[in-house]
Amino acid sequence: MDRAAIIGVGMTKIEANKSRETFADMAWEAVNKALNDAGMTINDIDNVVTTSSDFWDGRTISCMAVGDASGAAEKNLSCVEGDGTFGAFYGYTRALSGSYKTTLVTGHSKGSQCISSLITNSAFDPIYERGLGMDMITACAMQANAYMDRTGLKPEDTAQVSVKNHGNALKNPLAQLPMNISVEDVLKSEMIADPLRKLDCSPVSDGCCAIIIANESVAAKFKRKPVWVKGLSFCTDSFFFGDRDLARSNALAQAAGNAYRMAGIKDPKKEIDLVELYDAFTYQELLWLEEMGLAEYGKAANSLKKGEYNLDGRLPVNPSGGLLAGHPVIAAGLYRIAEVVLQLRGEAGEHQVGKAKTGLAHGVNGLCGQSHCVWILDQEK
Amino acid sequence: MSDTFKGIEPMVHNSKISVPYSWWAGDTASKFFIALRDEKKIIAPRCGKCRKVFMPPRKICPSCFTENTEWVSVADEGTLVAFSVARRQLESIPADKKVPVIWGLIKLDGADTALLHYLGEVKPEKVKAGMRVKAVFAESRTGGIRDISHFKPVS
Repeated sequence: MDRAAIIGVGMTKIEANKSRETFADMAWEAVNKALNDAGMTINDIDNVVTTSSDFWDGRTISCMAVGDASGAAEKNLSCVEGDGTFGAFYGYTRALSGSYKTTLVTGHSKGSQCISSLITNSAFDPIYERGLGMDMITACAMQANAYMDRTGLKPEDTAQVSVKNHGNALKNPLAQLPMNISVEDVLKSEMIADPLRKLDCSPVSDGCCAIIIANESVAAKFKRKPVWVKGLSFCTDSFFFGDRDLARSNALAQAAGNAYRMAGIKDPKKEIDLVELYDAFTYQELLWLEEMGLAEYGKAANSLKKGEYNLDGRLPVNPSGGLLAGHPVIAAGLYRIAEVVLQLRGEAGEHQVGKAKTGLAHGVNGLCGQSHCVWILDQEK
Repeated sequence: MSDTFKGIEPMVHNSKISVPYSWWAGDTASKFFIALRDEKKIIAPRCGKCRKVFMPPRKICPSCFTENTEWVSVADEGTLVAFSVARRQLESIPADKKVPVIWGLIKLDGADTALLHYLGEVKPEKVKAGMRVKAVFAESRTGGIRDISHFKPVS
């Protein structure tokens, strides 16, 4: 089978308010960082995929507005609306297609410029649901209740995720919310929607990430040792919550299973060295780990408590600080991929984990994890 | 970052996209809303193949990928599957609702999937998954999802 690799990554710092950069300015920064990282010029890129959301950006065909700053002039530019991992999936298939060799993928958003509750309310069905006034936080609170009800987990169990990830962010200069906090701090923070308190929720953030995916035939031509895409899959669950078992995520179990098979991974608990996953809320880190087969259902909290997911643990999870330390919607999954790439190259700096041969990056699209994208990245082809 | 822009005051430009939409509800939702409005009855489509009854009503069975052609009456009582309680007055919450606002996924007797709606006449602390709830219809009904005012605990 043909192969592709990630040969360059670029991330802006994730911030609460990027008052000095427009969407295009952020793209310019991330794209140039990725090109510099790869040792490429824009002329070495033969096609571009931008990832954005019109509602978050407050303009239609938002993806086209960052093309110029992404160096897309006279190139094939295509767009994905959704999480960056899905844009990267498309970029990967283009790099494999034979028509293209080097795909630049960007993902951007600025949560600071609009009202996130109104944007995420608009994801609900307009005929049956939207007028009831739920948004992402209240929807995920429903999923958190369902999950904690099923597993018997308590708020102090999920709060540990916030403590760990904000703590990891202290070592990541690009993170928005590095914090040294305790379980008590989480349990005392404002209750927004039971059982989710403020410190259980990821912040509103601005940021842009870019990655460069190359076909095997050119992957070794540039500066970096390629990080290989070994396994990749996405799966989608039903749209209506009432059709799903909200306490579980079948779509993620399927996506992860497919990605492991493609990568030839038989025992993910032993073969995956680190994970960067989509922890928009504390409970999600636990539920997603379990559905990816990296912990028994309802048991990830025990492993977390024992320190197994710490930076120096058996399986470091979100060594960068994850989404809890900075959540630029759309770009967030692309940041996960870029972070795993840095880890596998041994270039993650202060938050570098010990063993990092095989890593997993994960992105989510839709309310309560309707759709999941799982990437298995590896130092070796 | 070049020094050209050092000390530049960040300017803000305020804007808004304000576009009214009129969605046709379609045959399936219209039939459901008319029964709510005119008869205070909850009806739902059933898949002719797998026999599943869908709430909220939709034309296509997602499992069988076939059209739902039969309609059945479902009960106005059911079981609470999951719930959510807003404590912060989030911007998405309608103006007539004040926190705490409680939403529930309710599996009505006779349906196979659960409907998203409000819970009312109950304190958030008393809400438990598995509890039995019953629809309270709005006095003034206009043919929409809020023709059901909320679901209340069955005493």
